[in-house]
Amino acid sequence: MSESLLVIDGVSRHFGGVTALAEVSFSVAAGEVHALIGPNGAGKTTLIHQISGAQRPDAGRIVFSGEDLTALPMHTRVQRGMARSWQITNVFNRLTLLDNVVLAVKGRQRDWGSGFRFWQPVDDEQALIDEARGWLAEVGLGGRERTLAGSLAHGEQRQLEVVLALATKPKLLLLDEPMAGTGPEESERMVALIGKLARHVTILLVEHDMDAVFRLADRISVLVGGRLVCTGLPDEVRAHPEVRRAYLGEAA
Amino acid sequence: MNSAIYRQSTRRRLLAAGVFTLLALLPPALQAFGQEFYISFAARVLIFALVATSLNFVVGFGGMVAFGHAAFFGAGAYTVAVLMEMGIASAFVSWPAAIAVAVLLAHGIGFVSLRTRGVYFIMITLAFAQMLYYLAISMKTWGGDDGLSLATRSGFGPLDLKHDPTFYWVALASLGLCLYLLDRITHARFGRVLQAIRENESRMEGLGYPVLGYKLLCFVIGAAMAGLAGALIANHGQLASPNLLQWTQSGTLLVMVIVGGVGALYGGAVGAVVLLLAEEVLAHYTTHWHAALGLILLLVVFRAPKGIAAWVHGLFARGEKHE
Repeated sequence: MSESLLVIDGVSRHFGGVTALAEVSFSVAAGEVHALIGPNGAGKTTLIHQISGAQRPDAGRIVFSGEDLTALPMHTRVQRGMARSWQITNVFNRLTLLDNVVLAVKGRQRDWGSGFRFWQPVDDEQALIDEARGWLAEVGLGGRERTLAGSLAHGEQRQLEVVLALATKPKLLLLDEPMAGTGPEESERMVALIGKLARHVTILLVEHDMDAVFRLADRISVLVGGRLVCTGLPDEVRAHPEVRRAYLGEAA
Repeated sequence: MNSAIYRQSTRRRLLAAGVFTLLALLPPALQAFGQEFYISFAARVLIFALVATSLNFVVGFGGMVAFGHAAFFGAGAYTVAVLMEMGIASAFVSWPAAIAVAVLLAHGIGFVSLRTRGVYFIMITLAFAQMLYYLAISMKTWGGDDGLSLATRSGFGPLDLKHDPTFYWVALASLGLCLYLLDRITHARFGRVLQAIRENESRMEGLGYPVLGYKLLCFVIGAAMAGLAGALIANHGQLASPNLLQWTQSGTLLVMVIVGGVGALYGGAVGAVVLLLAEEVLAHYTTHWHAALGLILLLVVFRAPKGIAAWVHGLFARGEKHE
């Protein structure tokens, strides 16, 4: 196994008296698609919040590319090369697709001067616009640049959600249920997209669609009740007795 | 439906340039008709147009409903008055000082307030402004309840601000300059990022933007322009009054922004003009002008819920070809 890009080290998180995550530890290797599965309420999204910086863990560390990010805010983590998508579509509904993606491209240009430019009109910055068009074309949303994101079909919004994260050119992509609420055809398209992306970027994938998970994942970690049950290759996970009892048994 | 991003339009800019040219010609026109009194009134309208514009930048583009904008307006006024009391009458010192004081205050107030959202933000900005208000009326050396009067208007190099048309032109130039700056800012990266933050803060954070820094800077820019307006209003009435700092002042400014059009570049200016003109005209006819003004506001809210400027944009957009 190649070296770890992301190390989750003893991460715990409580909400009042409820333990959402209890000393969860596993690592994501550079280049792999690592799936995180578990029944509803297992703490998957909570863990994504700790990794992305939307929340801070009560204990434990998040180490990314050898750097401890635990204390850093979300935008700094994004700048270090970690991008996330949301389980509930989180795009700029009242902006066009092009404006949506331009923002993501622009956010990547990290020098202080880039976003804090006060004079030059953005609409003149052709390079930005061209790149944004390229990203939209890559996921099959080409030609819809002027459409408002809020008026897209649900499946297309899920794609936009992924593109926004992708256009920040991350080293690690955190996908929180990219197929949530999509139909079979849209799911199929999303699986194909993630498969394509996996060649360039490391992915931590939270997903309920077991079919998709077993097709895409190199390794799988299973979370049950805020506790890590196991991490392993798909076949190992499939065979793991506790997983079968806690999770797959339910679904079957 | 249109994108929520405010885009520049050549027509709108030409229209604005035309309006400014006409406004520049107003003093001689009023003199020709023997209505010099209104030059001073028009200057007052321009100053309020400036401070409402600065608030509109914070509310409409930054998405921050600040209910304490009077703090920066009043702080600018008091800075000029206090400096004059100390014998510094030059506008080239006291006006930048007024802006600097507003900027410093905005850093402090913004740094604390921006950690809150929604109604809490409204309340905390209101609380800070009221603190300044009570500070001003408690300072006997600054005139307490009566405010601090200015012995004369600021010195402005060769220009004589005591000459009403000259003062009017300086106010008009200040408004024009600020509107031009905001026009550039809103269409440059900073302004686009700001509007995107208004639309979806968590996603912007997730795209790697330091959201808090952007909002604070927006808040500070708005305050700087309010500080300049404060310097002007102190000169206008030769008085820094505690009323400038009071919450009713913040409220009036918000009403101007809402009537004119939240998030439309000229919204604040349009709102200030409409409100002050309506007030002036109605007060001529009836002592119950407040009630009549209320009816007009109701009409605006029902007929043009996004404000007068947005309503006018809509009229224009119908004439323009779509991309």
